[in-house]
Amino acid sequence: MSAPTKGSGSNWVGRSIRRLEDPALVIGQGRFTADLPAANWVRFARSAMASGAIKSISAPDGAMVITAADLKDVKPIRPMLHKFEYRPIGYPVLADGVVRFAGECFAAAVAPTEEEAEDIVDRIEIAIDERKPLIDSRDAIASGAPKLHPESPDNVIVQGLVKTEGFDAVWNGAHKIVEITARSRRQNATPMEPRGGHAAYEMSTGRVTLTCATQMPHLTRTAIADVLGFPESDLRVVAPDVGGGFGQKMSLAPEYVLLVWLARKHRSSFAWTEDRRENLIASFHSRDQHVSLKAAFDQNGKLLALNADILSNIGAYSCYPTTCGVEPLMAMAEMPGPYDVRQYQCRSRGVVTNTCPMAPYRGVSRPVITFTLERLMDKAAAAFGIDPIDIRRRNLIDKFPYTSAMGLVFDEASYKETLELAVEHIDVPAFRKRQQEARAKGKYLGLGFATFSERGGYGSPAFAARGMAITPGWENVELTIDPSGYVELRIGSSPHGQGLRTTLAQIIADEIGIEPSRIKVIHGDTDRTPYGWGTFASRSLVICGGATLIAAQNMRAKLIKMASHMLEAEGGDIVLEDGMAKVAGTDRSVPIAEMAREAYHQTHRFKGAIEPGMTEKGSYDPPGTFSNACHVAIVEVDVKTGKVTVERFVAAEDAGRLINPMIADGQVHGGIAQGIGNALLEEIVYDESGNILTSTLADYLPPTAHEIPVIELHHLETHTSATNTKAKGLGEGGAIGSPAAVINAVNDALAPFGVQIDEMPATPQRIRAALRAKERA
Amino acid sequence: MSEKTSVTLNINGRNFSIQVEPRRTLADAIREDCGQTGTHIGCEHGVCGACTVIVNGEPVRSCLMFAAQADGKKIRTVEGLARGDELHPMQRAFMEHHGLQCGFCTPGFLMLAVGVLEREPDIGDDELLDVLSSNLCRCTGYQNIIKAVRAAAAEMRGSK
Ligand code: FES
Ligand code: FES
Repeated sequence: MSAPTKGSGSNWVGRSIRRLEDPALVIGQGRFTADLPAANWVRFARSAMASGAIKSISAPDGAMVITAADLKDVKPIRPMLHKFEYRPIGYPVLADGVVRFAGECFAAAVAPTEEEAEDIVDRIEIAIDERKPLIDSRDAIASGAPKLHPESPDNVIVQGLVKTEGFDAVWNGAHKIVEITARSRRQNATPMEPRGGHAAYEMSTGRVTLTCATQMPHLTRTAIADVLGFPESDLRVVAPDVGGGFGQKMSLAPEYVLLVWLARKHRSSFAWTEDRRENLIASFHSRDQHVSLKAAFDQNGKLLALNADILSNIGAYSCYPTTCGVEPLMAMAEMPGPYDVRQYQCRSRGVVTNTCPMAPYRGVSRPVITFTLERLMDKAAAAFGIDPIDIRRRNLIDKFPYTSAMGLVFDEASYKETLELAVEHIDVPAFRKRQQEARAKGKYLGLGFATFSERGGYGSPAFAARGMAITPGWENVELTIDPSGYVELRIGSSPHGQGLRTTLAQIIADEIGIEPSRIKVIHGDTDRTPYGWGTFASRSLVICGGATLIAAQNMRAKLIKMASHMLEAEGGDIVLEDGMAKVAGTDRSVPIAEMAREAYHQTHRFKGAIEPGMTEKGSYDPPGTFSNACHVAIVEVDVKTGKVTVERFVAAEDAGRLINPMIADGQVHGGIAQGIGNALLEEIVYDESGNILTSTLADYLPPTAHEIPVIELHHLETHTSATNTKAKGLGEGGAIGSPAAVINAVNDALAPFGVQIDEMPATPQRIRAALRAKERA
Repeated sequence: MSEKTSVTLNINGRNFSIQVEPRRTLADAIREDCGQTGTHIGCEHGVCGACTVIVNGEPVRSCLMFAAQADGKKIRTVEGLARGDELHPMQRAFMEHHGLQCGFCTPGFLMLAVGVLEREPDIGDDELLDVLSSNLCRCTGYQNIIKAVRAAAAEMRGSK
């Protein structure tokens, strides 16, 4: 672990201080949405059919049941893109005439308790003229396939095409073409706290407060006000403690719109807590992609050109705000990954099917890109008869800044260095020897590598380039020292487990010399925080942290100005530390708390040199940055059962400057564990009629402590000039590289059988099926 | 809807006399009828362990038990772990070793680990891993939860 990086002041940044978030959470005083009492409870009636026209819905006598017929004034949710042949389709709050996936809400029942509401749901009857559903994206684009939405005649609702100039000539002149067809099955983010909302009407003001498990409270407010057609100021959105999100909680849940509608109409409070089954069948899914990737190499194994065809199954509707373009377009933009390749061609399509809508999930598309690309690199290594490490050495980007074939600018990074660092810790020759010995005893070990980049801290131009109607790039913060000397930071970001309160407090503490425990960070409340974009896409520490640094620097300048006045010293001689402004080399000092008091109550003493009060703002919209890593897995495959055990996992990471290494490690651990789950266990399975067979946690399998080995982490810290804190994003990286590393390792283990698994998750069934097919062949 | 029955739940040493339907789970009764929302519900089908509480000395999944079955039994929840301001060694260890991120699974893990270690203070590392693999956490990748529980186990042994 590296030493603190700041040379002066109190050096909070770079230290693994304990989290300020924890004390309340460990004593059971966290406050989650489901903890709020409500006057009325809502349960949703969800379609058991995947596709069909609704003929009738009947509700039990006397029960309060809402259907689309009651929502004539409520617009569907319609996220927008202005590019890529995007066809805007509406996601109705309650199914209106047609159901498009099993799990779609067609009615809501309201009762004084959840149980009673559930009893009503059991007695709601729906008649549907059933149609054969489309489950696989390949079926949906086949000619003659039924059309899901009138707006999308061929079921393709977003499509991107790129081709660099000169592609064909390079392709045709290549020495060798290597190709792969990869499949990533559908997965679910599965936060431990399912979604849920609580909308309460306030008589005195006519406003509604929606408390909900969201990653982006401000945009939730905008979206609901738009859909229901009322002024945003009539709605307050609060994200209290949120029990994990991983992307699933950034998309607008239609259920929340209905809760607010009910609260306004009936002037009361209405709550819904999603149960696990609803979360698995009808929250947002992800990762369901078919990718075909071809690569052209010269005779030295140098990558010349890539040609990709990506098919994303985006489910029945487009998600708000990112739209369903999020997976296919990210895949198109970032497919070349960390490799230096000048020529690139890609077609990427998002296809509608009768399945649950897809939305961002930790890593967004890059776990699949990385899996495909890294499988391809291993295949190429085999084709050239060289080591998988060597093929990567020959192709990783090593000159910065680097502009990719797609025009993305990579800032200073350490792709090769992290690879070498990981290799050092693995001791490859020793492993190869052990692998040989094990094989002789019928034990199959494998080693797999994945190198990758993680784009984080996208500023608004990145979203604008995608043609998004909403470009969530910047963050604003407000930093206040109150008259008692305590510090409050109000942010538009809205963390849910990332420890952001602590890391932001560390940044402020270094600038103004007040220790982190005296700094409170207020987030997740649209009434108390500046408009902002919440937490997703490895952005909060980079962007909100950047804005915080600016506000803290402004505050520092103000404090120094005041102190030089009060202590009659030059500004350059003032040091801020231990809660004091001191004149260096003297014993003259003044407590910052006293200065704050004077700023409020004694402004006349400063002869107009400072503004009254003690609030400074910060605003930040960076160009974006790329962190990077090399993940390495060693696995054992039991060829009799197909079971894979991850024996070792080594990650060499570079996320720029680490503000709190302990928190950084925790983020990477969590991501890697999710990635191991994605590689081996987690799969949403639909049957032919469009019903989900994995609707409990006994069927959909997030990993337990048993499946995750000790994760060995090594950090490099390339201080980037692309951000003012020199930090890069790291929330997603763990999840991006680990599936590829694990599946490459599985394939290495299976090499003696001549069997390849290019599908994730690589479940025991898939591994056994491949082995059996080989035996038969 | 069915008749309600009278049940007395002794939670952290305090009696709560409540009226519940027979179908009311212990988890719902603890949270909604007794207002102790530190116990969380993550699945209601016995897999995630977020709802783990200690009943008569045993860690149990309160979503798999009916409130009526816990009538008169001694229930401990996360709210009863600290003594006043003094945190339980397990709570301190979770903070010290970064054993939590969003904190949603944390009460369940704390009660599971405490319950097991009180019964079996000398439990080996492998058995401990077995026990901890019965609860799910989606944030931490378990690395630091395991570290925290091992550290607290050592401390609990030492302080006996
Ligand atoms: S809520 Fe009881 S085990 Fe998941
Ligand atoms: S800390 Fe979030 S689920 Fe465990």
